[in-house]
Amino acid sequence: MTATPMKAVAIGASAGAVQALLTILPALPASFSLPVLVVVHVPADRSNVLVPLFQSKCRITVKEAEDKEPIQSGVIYFAPSDYHLLVETDGCLALSTDELVNYSRPSIDVLFESAADFYGDALAGVILTGANHDGAAGLRAVMDVGGVAIVENPDGAYASAMPSAALEATPSATIMNHAQIVTYLSSLGTAR
Amino acid sequence: MSDQVEDLEIQLLLEALFQRYHYDFRHYARASIKRRLIQARLQLGFPTISAMQDRVLHDASMLPRLLDFLTVQVSEMFRDPTYFKALREKVLPHLRTYPSLKVWIAGSSTGEEVYSMAILFKEEGLYDRTIFYATDINPEALAAAEAGVYAIDRIRKFTENHQKSGGKSSLSDYYTAAYGRAAFDKSLREHVVFSDHSLVTDAVFAEMHLISCRNVMIYFDRPLQDRAIGLFHESLARKGFLGLGSKESLRFSSHAGAFTDFVAGEKIYQRREP
Repeated sequence: MTATPMKAVAIGASAGAVQALLTILPALPASFSLPVLVVVHVPADRSNVLVPLFQSKCRITVKEAEDKEPIQSGVIYFAPSDYHLLVETDGCLALSTDELVNYSRPSIDVLFESAADFYGDALAGVILTGANHDGAAGLRAVMDVGGVAIVENPDGAYASAMPSAALEATPSATIMNHAQIVTYLSSLGTAR
Repeated sequence: MSDQVEDLEIQLLLEALFQRYHYDFRHYARASIKRRLIQARLQLGFPTISAMQDRVLHDASMLPRLLDFLTVQVSEMFRDPTYFKALREKVLPHLRTYPSLKVWIAGSSTGEEVYSMAILFKEEGLYDRTIFYATDINPEALAAAEAGVYAIDRIRKFTENHQKSGGKSSLSDYYTAAYGRAAFDKSLREHVVFSDHSLVTDAVFAEMHLISCRNVMIYFDRPLQDRAIGLFHESLARKGFLGLGSKESLRFSSHAGAFTDFVAGEKIYQRREP
């Protein structure tokens, strides 16, 4: 992979997201030092149940992303339901109620494309399980700016459509299972 | 590299829109503006943002089409039903004590919130003493708001929201459906003034008892958010109310001290009196 030190991780997941994220995020060490930006497709009217769930399981801070909030290291940010999450040009988080992208709000593409814009090759993007195609264009954008593109192995995924679509858009992405993703992310976030 | 060129093109286009047409998006949150402009470029068929700028500078008929990408927001009637429930249960009892009322829906877009507010005030018996100001910077959105016609397939969601907001009537009392569209009753807009107004460049125009401005400032950068909040503060009557979007907040604003949380969970604030 690349020699650039990573500055952020973006993760997108849809159907089967909670189980997948439960195997990955709580396994990150307490010393993990990168921000992790997470988009999960959840029904618009289900207020965020993910944050309390992951707060109770993770060793690093978990919170819902707020508009115009400066991004901090070692914090996991979840996109609120019914809002897109973006990385602003000044390195703050931003939310938007723009129209759905890929029938989704939050959309993984919106996060990944704006994060790729800001972080360039210092971003690692991870596409996990899902039953739609959101995230494919976003992961492509990550790869295009020289970032690291990782896709959950569609064969082991709860729903294979999303990782498969991501691989189709970015054939050179690295395929990993959950354990490999944990090992890789941990190595990024504790290396310095 | 090409991305840096595109960022520059965006900056130049926003400057051009301001210089030529006085539409000022220069202090809008850049990441969203960028997405919207790239969408506009693709859908309007321009090879570059610069080409789009060239066209809009020389052909004013291009402006409304570009404005649609930059400003129009599709909302829902009674979006975030708990917000309207809180207005109904907590704010309107206070407003009831005034003989006449002014309500400002800032950034009214295509009008969904205007009709929601009008229905709420009718149900609570306050409509007749209220003047509503619905403002936006996009003339086409204002025209759509004034027309009050929505695709019929959106009505189910509107109805569901209305019920959840504690609606005391049936939404179907307020529209007639025909040809796949629902046209809202003109009695709802008898007390509504639709008007062009910019939170970026315009000033106070009336004294308000309630201002609702939801998911508008989320697109502004911090300094511009501050300007808008200052404008709202100046526009509010004593102990007037300000409602923001569910993910917006006064917390980071220099005017934070000028308001108190009224219904904290719903982002409803009250002007603090010294």
